[in-house]
Parts: sequence; structure tokens; C-alpha cells
Amino acid sequence: MAKHHVAVSINGEPVEYLCSTRQTLLDVLRDELNLTGSKEGCASGDCGACSVMVDGRLVCSCLVMGAECDGKSIDTIEGMADGEKLHPLQQKFLEEAALQCGICTPGVLVAAKALLERNNNPTETQVRYWLAGNLCRCTGYDKIVRAVMLTAADMRGGA
Amino acid sequence: MQSVQFEAPGTVDEAVALLAGATGDTRILAGGTDLLVQLRAHMINPGLIIDIKKIDETRSLTKNADGSYTIGAAYAGAEATERDDITKDWPGVVEGWDLIGSTQIQGRASLGGNLCNASPAADSVPAMIVAGMTANIAGPKGRRTIPVQDVPVSPGKTSLGKGEFIVSFNLPGRPKGGGDAYLRLIPRTEMDIAVVGCGVALVLDDSGTVTSAKVSLGAVSAKVLVVDAAAKAIIGTKLDDDALAKLDAACQAAAKPINDKRGTIEYRTKIAGVLARRAVKIAAERAGS
Ligand SMILES: Cc1cc2nc3c(=O)[nH]c(=O)nc-3n(C[C@H](O)[C@H](O)[C@H](O)COP(=O)(O)OP(=O)(O)OC[C@H]3O[C@@H](n4cnc5c(N)ncnc54)[C@H](O)[C@@H]3O)c2cc1C
Ligand code: FES
Ligand code: FES
Repeated sequence: MAKHHVAVSINGEPVEYLCSTRQTLLDVLRDELNLTGSKEGCASGDCGACSVMVDGRLVCSCLVMGAECDGKSIDTIEGMADGEKLHPLQQKFLEEAALQCGICTPGVLVAAKALLERNNNPTETQVRYWLAGNLCRCTGYDKIVRAVMLTAADMRGGA
Repeated sequence: MQSVQFEAPGTVDEAVALLAGATGDTRILAGGTDLLVQLRAHMINPGLIIDIKKIDETRSLTKNADGSYTIGAAYAGAEATERDDITKDWPGVVEGWDLIGSTQIQGRASLGGNLCNASPAADSVPAMIVAGMTANIAGPKGRRTIPVQDVPVSPGKTSLGKGEFIVSFNLPGRPKGGGDAYLRLIPRTEMDIAVVGCGVALVLDDSGTVTSAKVSLGAVSAKVLVVDAAAKAIIGTKLDDDALAKLDAACQAAAKPINDKRGTIEYRTKIAGVLARRAVKIAAERAGS
């Protein structure tokens, strides 16, 4: 069957790809575009390792069809650092040891960034609810939540 | 596994023509949070998937001049929670919708998808029913509008005919003295399927007497239930203990749940009554504000 020709913007750059109907946006990112930062933990919407932004909205890329993205603007973990300069969340995750194996980390970072863009003064409860769809097998979450809260405090302080 | 065609029509008429002309299993794509899971798990094997999100009518939420709302079938829960108007007028409707999954799932999950997936535990459905919502359906014979509760028939099945899909929903204006609420019980605090869900909408007069009410229960039967006896138990009362006890009993009597890992029949039945009491209290508080 003919493949779908899709034109999108990824991290601000225009990108075109070909995909089949069965390929998810996550499949396209990883297998067609070699953007392997987004991870596949479950392929069923449960773990959040595949989190990306589509038109400014946090979604699981494993539950988005590659074919439906024509004209969309997509932001992935690859666009988070500014060249060699890490995003404040990335920096804080390193300082606070908010990762161990790192599989969940790209998704957690994308999701946390989306939260702080909406609310730079979240309560711990708000952080935990917002990140409830990002599963982590290693850290026990406390360090992740702390790193997000500390980044928010820094961002408020610096503003 | 057959290859799947994909179309993203820009108008309702094109979508109906594609649906009506298709042979074999054809699926509408809204947020995809049920569809893609089912596709990946080989629970379904469609020949054609039709994305309806390029149709403006499915992707907008409008407050009309008379206070009512028109809600696109593919409008996402996360979008609704950012709206001041509907969250204030119908907090229960938004609660049910916004409880669906995680932040990521809410970014896509629609009312049309939640309703048409036809799960008895669908979180948005009890609140939609008690709010008096209706579904605007387009099909080869034109348009028709039916109450939300008439869409699901049994788990996974809807009453929609060949070539039909839901374009949008109508939500009445909030009545004077009106309040609504949706509560669900799950084993953890996020990301789980309801053991029981309960939606309540009611209207209080100036003296605090209930003048009208609707009560709906999810996850305790093969489809979402409308419990008229529970509504009758509180209409004409000021929600005194006696009225709440009757409401509780009516919900327990209506519940016909199954045993599964999330709860036994006895537990679910009891919880149906407990949630109804709590949801009524929240709806009444909201009615007074
Ligand atoms: C991790 C996870 C957690 C979840 N948690 C919950 C939860 O807490 N509560 C809950 O109720 N659900 C939950 N769900 C299920 C799902 O997210 C919801 O049912 C959601 O509302 C489906 O909406 P959608 O727009 O994604 O539908 P889709 O997946 O696009 O569609 C669902 C079904 O409805 C059909 N359909 C969609 N729109 C229309 C239309 N307009 N007309 C006719 N047919 C249509 C589709 O063909 C498909 O069969 C969860 C799912 C996941 C993956
Ligand atoms: S891989 Fe998408 S949510 Fe797990
Ligand atoms: S660091 Fe290993 S899953 Fe989170």
C-alpha cells in the first residue's frame, strides 16, 4: 500500500517523512527519523516514556498515528537543550540524581517542562498528579518530584 | 494482518461518504487513546481509519447565546479544563472528562471516543447523561440528534448505524440553582478504571428544596445506568438523612455489577450508594454557589 507523505515541524525544523498507517508517531520518530530520545516503554499509553508535545499539547506519541500529523508542530526531548546548554530541568535532574537507568527520563522531562510552562509554582500534589502518567521503575519518584519543584523555584527566582 | 487505509476528510459530508462507501471494518479516529491500543493489541483489524479531527465542527467548544454549549466530538479533555466557561457552569461534566487517564491521555481523549468505545466504566458518560446532553449524529440519511444514554448498547457496541458518526454534543445551559458532580472510586488515585462512577445533576429552589434531579451510575452494569428511583428519592426534599438513605438504597438496588480484580459484587453495590450520597452533596453545594 502507498505510504503517507507527511510534512511536520520537529523542534522548529521542517521535516517530511513517509509512513504506513500502522506506524505511530513514536515509530516514525525512532525508526524513520532516528530521533531515539523518546522511548517505548509500553506502547499502550500507560508509561509516558514516549511523551512529546504536538501543537503545544503533551501527548503519548505511541498513541498518535504518524499519518495524522500532517501540518503539526512536534517538540521532542531532542529539542530541549539549547545546543550544549542543558535546559534547567535537565541540569537539575543531574544535580539531584533524579534518574537512574534513564529510560523514563526523556518523557518525564518533556512532561515536566509542559507543566512548568503552564504553572511555575506548582504544589507537590500538582506535580505528582501531572506526572502520574510517567512511570519510573528506579527512583521512587521523590527525587524526580524534588528536582521539578527546585527547578520551578529557580525559574521563579530568576524571573 | 491487512494493510489499513487512512483518510482525514475536512468536511462532515466527505466523512459520511467515506464511512458509507467502505466495505469491511471502518473506524473513526478521534484522540486514538482507545483505538491505537486496540489496533496494537490486534483486538481490531480495520480496513480503513478515518480521522475526523480535520473537521472544524468536531474540534470546537462553543458557548451559545442561550447559555448552552456545542462540544465537538473530538475536543480533548485537557482543552476543556482550560476553559473558564464550561468548568464553571458544568464542573461535573468536566470532572468526568478530565479524570480520563493521565495528563498525556487527557491531551487527546474526547467525549465522542469515550462514549463510542462503549465501556460501562467510561468516566465521562454518567456526567454527560445527568447533564441532559444529546449527540448530533451525521449519516447517509442526514443528521439526527439522540440522548447520550441511547448511544452505547453493550460493552463495545453503539446504536450508530452504517455510515454514521457523532459530530458534536449539545449541553444545555446551567439552570438557575443547578449543580452537578461526578465521582469515581478507583484503587489508586490516578490512572485506573472505575470500580464505580456516579454522576449527579440537580436543581435547588431558593429554600434549598430539590426540584429536579438525575442520578447515573457507571461500572455497575453492562452499560451506564440512569437511576430514576434515586432521583425520585431526593426530589422534593432538602437532602435530609432520610432522603439520602433512600437515595443510597435505590442506587444499591439498581447496581448489577460483576466480580473482578477491582472489586466484588458486594463492595461495588455498597460503594454505588456511598458515591451517590457524596456526589449529591457536592452537586448541592455547587447549586448554592
Ligand atoms: C493509559 C490510559 C488510561 C485511560 N484511562 C481512562 C479512564 O480513567 N477513564 C476512562 O473512561 N477511559 C480511560 N481510558 C480510555 C480512553 O482514553 C477513553 O475512552 C477516551 O475518552 C477515548 O477517547 P479518544 O478520543 O481517544 O477515542 P478514540 O480512541 O479515537 O476512539 C474510541 C472509539 O470510539 C470510536 N469513535 C471515536 N470518536 C467517534 C465519533 N465521533 N463517532 C463515532 N465513533 C467514534 C472509535 O472508532 C473507537 O472505536 C484510558 C486509556 C489509556 C490508554
Ligand atoms: S510507550 Fe507510550 S506511554 Fe508507554
Ligand atoms: S530512572 Fe529508570 S525508569 Fe526512571
